[in-house]
Amino acid sequence: MGTTMFEKIWARHVVAEGPGGQTLLYVDRHLLHEGSTAALVRLAGSGRRVRRPDLSFATADHYVLTSPGAPAPDAEIGSMVASLTAHTAQQGIVFFGRGDVRRGIVHVIGPEQGLTLPGMLLVCGDSHTATHGAFGALAFGIGSSEVEHVLATQTLWQRKPKTLRVTVDGRLAAGVAAKDVILAIIATIGAAGGVGHAIEYAGSAIRAMSMAERMTVCNMSIEAGARCGMVAPDETTFAYVRGRPFAPAGDAWAQALGLWQSLPSDPDALFDREVRLDAADIAPTVTWGTSPQDALPITERVPDPAAVADPVRRASLARALAYMGLAAGVPLTDVKVDRAFIGSCTNSRLDDLRAAAAVAKGRRAVVPAWVVPGSGLVKQAAEAEGLDRIFLAAGFEWREAGCSMCVGMNGETARAGERVASTSNRNFEGRQGKGARTHLMSPAMAAAAAVTGRLTDVRRL
Amino acid sequence: MEPFTRITAIAAPIDLPNVDTDRIVPARFLRKPQGSPGYDRFLFHDVRFEADGAEKPEFVLNHPSFRGARILVAADNFGCGSSREAAVWALAAYGVRVVIAPSLGDIFHQNCFKNGLLAVILPGDVVTGLRGALHARPGSTLSVDLDSQTVTAPEGAVHRFELDPFRKQMLLSGQDEIALTLGYEAQIAEFEARQA
Repeated sequence: MGTTMFEKIWARHVVAEGPGGQTLLYVDRHLLHEGSTAALVRLAGSGRRVRRPDLSFATADHYVLTSPGAPAPDAEIGSMVASLTAHTAQQGIVFFGRGDVRRGIVHVIGPEQGLTLPGMLLVCGDSHTATHGAFGALAFGIGSSEVEHVLATQTLWQRKPKTLRVTVDGRLAAGVAAKDVILAIIATIGAAGGVGHAIEYAGSAIRAMSMAERMTVCNMSIEAGARCGMVAPDETTFAYVRGRPFAPAGDAWAQALGLWQSLPSDPDALFDREVRLDAADIAPTVTWGTSPQDALPITERVPDPAAVADPVRRASLARALAYMGLAAGVPLTDVKVDRAFIGSCTNSRLDDLRAAAAVAKGRRAVVPAWVVPGSGLVKQAAEAEGLDRIFLAAGFEWREAGCSMCVGMNGETARAGERVASTSNRNFEGRQGKGARTHLMSPAMAAAAAVTGRLTDVRRL
Repeated sequence: MEPFTRITAIAAPIDLPNVDTDRIVPARFLRKPQGSPGYDRFLFHDVRFEADGAEKPEFVLNHPSFRGARILVAADNFGCGSSREAAVWALAAYGVRVVIAPSLGDIFHQNCFKNGLLAVILPGDVVTGLRGALHARPGSTLSVDLDSQTVTAPEGAVHRFELDPFRKQMLLSGQDEIALTLGYEAQIAEFEARQA
């Protein structure tokens, strides 16, 4: 019987088999951000040192202000960045800080810098770390205690999860994006569908995707409950990685390539679970509720709690509609929005900005619309091809790189009751600000909502 | 870490499935260091308190019978979403030592054990039954015994749960996991030598 890619990568990182079925795994790459500082503080307090500062890389993303011109934040928010700056300097960790064009969202800059490579075990104190699985890496989010453990030992205790293969075959229709694919997957398996599993995304629709698209899909694995999601590396992957600043070069490249080509799951590998979707069935999708599983094609109507038999599900649906301020049965395209947010580790890469700009071009935003590039380099590349001018001419705000309104930790939040067409990853209650209402969608759909002021089927614009 | 052996305490039902860690502790509180004053009030803050700080009477932990609960009986996928360990810190600051659910968010699940919180997974029908019993008799206590891996319901029924022996040992002893791993230094160094 063959071996899955997940099992191959796992096996390559076993340091020791521990008690009770736990395995001590070696971490090749540890990415840090402001949320990791508490672990650095505890580590220093216990008198321990970072074991491998050379394998750790840090950036500021969650707490950096993204308003044009990168203004200085207030003292409390500013201290989050200052503290990370000080602790990484003390420990000798490379830090992409304010003023460095390489600074950006941790899940954008890892791949961009070639820090994310196939076959790696990569961790970060952030649940969207599965993004890096798009390269055929075993990448997952960890808590603050685990961050401290990795800093001190470069290892983690883990119990091997089960494997789930999600196969999407066929061709995506025009107007259907990677975001629609992952929203459709989450709606199919549910927000808890991947709990305890590592997901491998496979099939011709995934193979046909660019790296940016694969990252969008892997990014939201956690929204399906899975800590990690991955795609087998192939020529698309190698072409993306080649020549990146921290990627192997010369002889090291040839050697690495040999290993990477051996990583894909064997044809006869068995997965614990299999789920299949037909790409042709996937339409531009939006969420209507307060869980990412609450997603429907834009052509549908707001669901009716009265039509749900299960009382728990019915109550939860009614609560979601009350929070979202939506009435059952209303066509989704009748729902008015107050803002648009284009950004986040899910959808802030150059391809995403191009897709949004293609819709914005020659039109005019009728609600406040923010475009927040994923990194300083994404911003620079977008400006080089004139995307900033398209957005500005259409009345969108062109901002600095960061997490911004996906999570609002830096104070960039929507007001209570405001409805946001957002390319981010979570529509939880209060996620984009206390009382704010989030509808998740692709960059093209968010741009379409910005120019019409309603949830809009981008295919009919 | 405070060791865990057994507890008998008031248990509160959380009926909503997919309770995310943004709900357990909203993002704006993540700037506050763990253990800073009033940390227990961050727990479920926006569904627990009005804007003026007054309690929302409809929230379960504001019900006189459930106030100060040290055990939560939750629904599917409790603790999903963000990896923020502050969700567990806020639960601990409130006094919660056990979370019982049919399933938990994977990262939250892991974070519980790092902070001496016992996460108990029981079948969905058992958990639904426990929540029903707590609703029927608010203020009832549950007993959770780590050594025998059992939950004793208000009416006396005993439910055994599975637990990773490693996690169990770490909870019982309250041992520092990093210190334990540093005991594997030889293996770690050997692994690094092979990589080089």
